[in-house]
Amino acid sequence: MKAFDYLKPDAVPAAVGALAANPDAKLLAGGMTLLPTMKQRLAEPAALIDLAGIAGLKGITLDGDTLTIGAMTPHAEVAASATVAAAIPALAALAGGIGDPAVRNRGTIGGSLANCDPSADYPAAVLGLGATVITDRREIAADDFFLGLFETALEADELITAVRFPRPLRAGYAKFKSPASRYALVGVFVAETVAGVRVAVTGAAASVFRAPAFEAALAADFTPGAVAGLSVDAADLNADIHAEASYRAHLVTVMAKRAVAAALE
Amino acid sequence: MADLPEPLPVQSAAPEAAEASIIGLTLNGVTRVVPLDDPRVTLLDLLRERLGLSGAKKGCDRGQCGACTVLLDGRRVNACLVLAVTLDGAAVETIEGLGGGGALHPLQAAFVEHDALQCGFCTPGQIMSALGLLAEEGNDPDPERIRAGMSGNLCRCGAHPAIVAAIRAVIGAGDRSEMPE
Repeated sequence: MKAFDYLKPDAVPAAVGALAANPDAKLLAGGMTLLPTMKQRLAEPAALIDLAGIAGLKGITLDGDTLTIGAMTPHAEVAASATVAAAIPALAALAGGIGDPAVRNRGTIGGSLANCDPSADYPAAVLGLGATVITDRREIAADDFFLGLFETALEADELITAVRFPRPLRAGYAKFKSPASRYALVGVFVAETVAGVRVAVTGAAASVFRAPAFEAALAADFTPGAVAGLSVDAADLNADIHAEASYRAHLVTVMAKRAVAAALE
Repeated sequence: MADLPEPLPVQSAAPEAAEASIIGLTLNGVTRVVPLDDPRVTLLDLLRERLGLSGAKKGCDRGQCGACTVLLDGRRVNACLVLAVTLDGAAVETIEGLGGGGALHPLQAAFVEHDALQCGFCTPGQIMSALGLLAEEGNDPDPERIRAGMSGNLCRCGAHPAIVAAIRAVIGAGDRSEMPE
């Protein structure tokens, strides 16, 4: 790890100010990706701005049909939350399947979204549910948030404070996970909402994406069989040592079927 | 930007600017005040290199193997992925805090009884993880739940079946007859 300065602000404006003043600084949330990346010298931030001292970035609230999760809320808290389990059980299940218990105790939803790893689970839920990412200065619709490989709509000095999820009529998530890392080789989040059906795919491409053909089929018939004959174009998908693009395309269909089945349970 | 906040106090890693910070933490029930001259020090390095507690092991040093598992405020963490400088006011439990007076903790005794180790390198992490599992999720003896709950702790000797059996024994659900052949 290269040397860095350590700052621990106690309020959002101080954190944003510090980030604006240190363009080479990084925000430290749970650190489950950032710290290993720094140890491998793939990231060399000049400073770490620790968000753990800021009150109000952590916690889960349900207001009517809107579930709000603070950016610094760890995955384990979302997974174990009775509020989340009652409002969006698929979201609780997704959080409980991220990494391993030690990672879930530290890793946060805000960190996961800001990092935008192509294999991360949370982006599938945020895009699949049509959630809203709340930052220190604005609200960003999920459809506008994920731009590409590790790339989001966040400005250089912008900080996620919370994520707001609308309660769906029903939702399900299924992933085919790497047995070592538990990252999604392919994960599909399916949600039926008052605004229609949404299908979001993670792990398969450079960034999470929606599958319009799957959404149309499920809008007409919300059953696993409705998507059994559909597929996404393998030309756009990732290929690596874990899976060829064609295999990932196959997994998208299989995981979509399983996600629908989970939503119907 | 209007109203820029006051500059924050900075702990610098640059030697000429080194301004040692001091953290206070509760380590195995004992309050410790620890000076830190570098924010890069992880909890694992603090324990092993500076406080003489070498029970937690450095396997991968990037959060994949679980050999450094300790409890932080009662919950499992990879000590290699926690910066010590962030721990002011925290409570840390390590394998050295288990048992006492020459007696083994029930989990330690069960690991011995069930041969839940070969080389032993991963064992402190396995036992602290099992302790965290019981605290976090209670005493559900379902083997699949235990396997999932222990999935962050790898054993390259392959003692996983015996580890699950040892944890089940502590829960009061298992016995030697359930050991794999």
